[in-house]
Amino acid sequence: MAASTIAVPPSEMPISASLRGRVGMWCLIAAESAIFCIFVVAYLYYAGKSLSGPTPREVLAIPWFNSICLFSSSLTIVLAEKAIHRGEIKTFGIFWFLTIALGVIFLIGTAREWHRLIYHEGLTISSSLFGTTFYSLVGLHAFHVIVGATGLTIILILTILGFVTRQHAERISVFAMYWHFVDAVWVVVLSVVYFITR
Amino acid sequence: MHRHFGSRLSPCAILAIVSMSATRVAVASSLRSPQTSIFSPVSTPASDIYHLSLLVLAICAAIFLVVFSLLLYAVVKYRRRPSDDDREPPQIYGSDQVEIAWTVIPVLIVVVLFLAAARVIHAIEDAQFPPGVLEVTAVGHQFWWEYQYPGYGFVTANELHVPVSEPGHPTPTHIILLSADTDHSFWVPKLAGKTDLIPNRRNEMWIDPHEVGTYLGQCAQYCGIEHAKMLLTVDVQSRDDFESWAQAQKAPAAVSDQVAAGRHVFETTACVNCHTIAGTAAHGKFGPDLTHLMSRRTIAAGVAENSKENLRLWITNPDDIKPGALMPAMQLPKQDIDSLVAYLTSLN
Amino acid sequence: MFDAQPLSPPIVVTPELESAKPLFDRVHEWVVTVDHKRLGLMYFCYGIVFLVIGGIEASIMRAQLSVANNHLVSPETFNQMFTMHGTTMIFFAAMPIVFGFANYLMPLMVGARDMAFPRLNAWSFWMSALGGIILYFSFVGGSGLYGAGSAPNVGWFAYAPLTSRAFSVGHSTDYWIVGILVSGFGSVGTALNVLTTILAMRCPGMTLRRMPLFAWLNSVMAVLVFLALGPLTAAQLMLLIDRYLGGHFFDTQAGGSAVIWMHFFWIFGHPEVYVLVVPAFAIVSEVVPVFSRKPIFGYSVMVAATVAIGFISMGVWAHHMFTIGMTSYGNAFFVASTAAIAVPTGIKIFNWLGTMWGGKIRFAVPMLFCIAFLGQFLIAGLTGIMLSAAPFNWQLSGSYFVIAHFHYVIVGAIIFAVFAGSYYWYPKVTGRMLDEKLGKWHFWVFLIGFHLTFDFMHIPGLLGMPRRIYTYQPDRGWDIWNLIVSTGVIFQAAGVAVWAFNVVRSYFKGKVAGNDPWDAWTLEWSTSSPPPVYNFATLPVVRSRRPLWDLKHPEDPDWKYE
Repeated sequence: MAASTIAVPPSEMPISASLRGRVGMWCLIAAESAIFCIFVVAYLYYAGKSLSGPTPREVLAIPWFNSICLFSSSLTIVLAEKAIHRGEIKTFGIFWFLTIALGVIFLIGTAREWHRLIYHEGLTISSSLFGTTFYSLVGLHAFHVIVGATGLTIILILTILGFVTRQHAERISVFAMYWHFVDAVWVVVLSVVYFITR
Repeated sequence: MHRHFGSRLSPCAILAIVSMSATRVAVASSLRSPQTSIFSPVSTPASDIYHLSLLVLAICAAIFLVVFSLLLYAVVKYRRRPSDDDREPPQIYGSDQVEIAWTVIPVLIVVVLFLAAARVIHAIEDAQFPPGVLEVTAVGHQFWWEYQYPGYGFVTANELHVPVSEPGHPTPTHIILLSADTDHSFWVPKLAGKTDLIPNRRNEMWIDPHEVGTYLGQCAQYCGIEHAKMLLTVDVQSRDDFESWAQAQKAPAAVSDQVAAGRHVFETTACVNCHTIAGTAAHGKFGPDLTHLMSRRTIAAGVAENSKENLRLWITNPDDIKPGALMPAMQLPKQDIDSLVAYLTSLN
Repeated sequence: MFDAQPLSPPIVVTPELESAKPLFDRVHEWVVTVDHKRLGLMYFCYGIVFLVIGGIEASIMRAQLSVANNHLVSPETFNQMFTMHGTTMIFFAAMPIVFGFANYLMPLMVGARDMAFPRLNAWSFWMSALGGIILYFSFVGGSGLYGAGSAPNVGWFAYAPLTSRAFSVGHSTDYWIVGILVSGFGSVGTALNVLTTILAMRCPGMTLRRMPLFAWLNSVMAVLVFLALGPLTAAQLMLLIDRYLGGHFFDTQAGGSAVIWMHFFWIFGHPEVYVLVVPAFAIVSEVVPVFSRKPIFGYSVMVAATVAIGFISMGVWAHHMFTIGMTSYGNAFFVASTAAIAVPTGIKIFNWLGTMWGGKIRFAVPMLFCIAFLGQFLIAGLTGIMLSAAPFNWQLSGSYFVIAHFHYVIVGAIIFAVFAGSYYWYPKVTGRMLDEKLGKWHFWVFLIGFHLTFDFMHIPGLLGMPRRIYTYQPDRGWDIWNLIVSTGVIFQAAGVAVWAFNVVRSYFKGKVAGNDPWDAWTLEWSTSSPPPVYNFATLPVVRSRRPLWDLKHPEDPDWKYE
């Protein structure tokens, strides 16, 4: 009754257990998307309903540079993934580092924008409905970028210390899915906040 | 084996039948109880709902009888008997025809229910009002009701008066619902379904009671500590009675020298911060309008009878009547309270 | 041609072996475990403890409401009781119990050795547990409205703006927010494990079409958790922002909307009740076939109906909001979607009936609970249909009719299914049978108590009694019904006490169960009772939905007909 004598047709074999990382990450993405969805709905619902304070048109400038950096980081992470799948750890490390750098640039850009809004435009989270929904939505996204960047940094440190090998390629890809998700959320936030309702 | 049913009823069976019948009678008479039953409507919205409810209950009762009987039948007929061998019964995996049948029939029932409900929704929510409609604005507070009569120009509290509406000459009452603080709900079952009072939102409802009388209800959306004691009273009066009541409410407060001391206390203490008495210096909006306090049968939103003793108790310490009510204990000396009560009981 | 793991001989786990290890080591093992079976048990026991605590909170309320104008507890205490009762029962009793069943059984049923992510599983349990502890710490550490004490008192659905700083002074509301927020992460973690295990860890030959219904239904539950918990987390974060960062999400004075809280909450709240009831369906779908001696009637239809229920349940939420003044079109839409969900639900009831039809029904205790489930869930569904008719809802919402309806589902359907499952799987978990006679006492006493309380509870609702009131006027005709309702509590408590006694006593003195005491057909019955920590020495290979039926009936296996 050794397992090797079993003849199960390929169509009846369940998907490989090694895919569980991807399946799990999709589940997490689904749950996170639900949270973001509600913040976006709140933003849209309250658009134009503030009783006071600066309006989006008055104070928001489209963050072109920031966005390009963040979107490029999706590209660099794909290149990193390809590198580690080929076993080229050094190349992987370089692209991984670039991804972190681009993410950090995005975060610095967001921080600078918030500084300007708070100290020069007088828009705070308690100013008005716009202030509340803006900082909450953009802040929730930025928080996810911070979490992602932290994870990326930990992996970078492990790579530099030599612990990361080609065998970890699948796990790297699973983590990269999270980063792509963060980017995809920015597509939505950018469109809703800086284009549709501005 | 022969069973003779009905030839000899066991004591248990008799007891069961008697108690079930008694329950049924008690339930039925209780459900037509005069106070707050949803099954004795006196106003069109409530009676529209009542007629819809009969249809819905009938359909549900029919479904219940059919399915429950099938369940009982299955449990009895297909039970394993001691004489059975150990063979398994025929292993049936399903049946497409049966599945279709018991999908199509529920779909039809659902469509019927939807159409019936949609008709009543439209009849109630999209109703057009005749020119004789009375406009009232109800504002919900923690834990009392403010009623404004913009057409007449006065404000009162806790006891809503409306004219009876005759079929030939309808005079419904259109009530705008606002809230000063948190969520409330206006529910007088014999007059209409409930509608919520939500801050920063304008809701509306209407009633057209056909019978003179007093109808009870209470707040139906949890609004804080004394939600349970935010009672509703609606006095439906004949047209003439309503007009005389409204004219009396329009008048400024009664003035009498005998109670000048009490009036002085009222106007010089914190009372004026919350209460209005028309024609005096008191213009507070936080608490109920007291201009014609003695025209009301109760105080504290229906919780206590409007008597000298209760007024004294209320002013001394509201928590004794309604713990958690927002009126603070006024910490006044006994003499002041006595003159205040004398003053307030003069406000007819 | 296929092979299968041989049925292993029964192993009886006697308490003597366990007590050889020092107590500290034994407790430590449980604290650090990542074994899905132990985590499942911990979830279940945690849930039962909070079920009892929630029951005590309910008993206090029912004692207060037995007579009009009662002064047994203050309004503050009563308001805390209904808030804590609802919050506890939903988040810290029902959900952990549901997760407990899923955790223990699901990997066994799909032929896996553990969940997909065992450490995540452990983390999820401890997060859920932490949430409950945080909530209950409010009794000690919280503070509220002047004299209103400590635990939250805003109702389990915490409508705005009652939860704003202005109306909810102090920290009692914050305990409500944080306790649930923290346990929500645990719920998402468990759901993630459930779905990933089902998708990626099934044994060879177990296609999705051969998976036990228990696994299918729990995967629908998991998807609902992902879609539903997010809105609640989001709304609670928004509330925290309002309360502590000066936000205006629900601040009606700044133009914010109280209604949007309701939308967000019920977008969570309605799918949440399906998160609770679908696993109950899962239990019933496993027990009824075994005790009818037939396969489930209409397997594919059952799967499709459940998926449909899950899908439609995302679109019915505003039936909790019929009274807030939506337009007639808005109201009509939600009447339609809510009534629509009755169709797949009814199909499931009919399919269970069809399973029993033509069978040879054995009235063991699990089956008694399932039969009661069927009758009671039918009634619960019908009162739900009544509530779906919006105008009728305008009278019934916010009244004791609604309370009766949802307790009919949660107690009459879900708790009855949980009891059925406990009698059914206790032998697998412990190696011993629960006492049948005590079980029957439990069933009948609890049944009487349930019906005394929840049948008669419909009546005060029809007579105009709103919910969440700490007392009522004697002139409304509600007195006698409230008294009867309160009496039922005694029977329910007695029934649960009998069950608890049975559970403890049978662990030591119960009849030895063996692998497969019920002559059942799914994979968990092929392991020893209790299963070894690794579940299966060699991964089983299956060819049909009922692998053990195939083994026991080689002349007439299922795979010939599927």
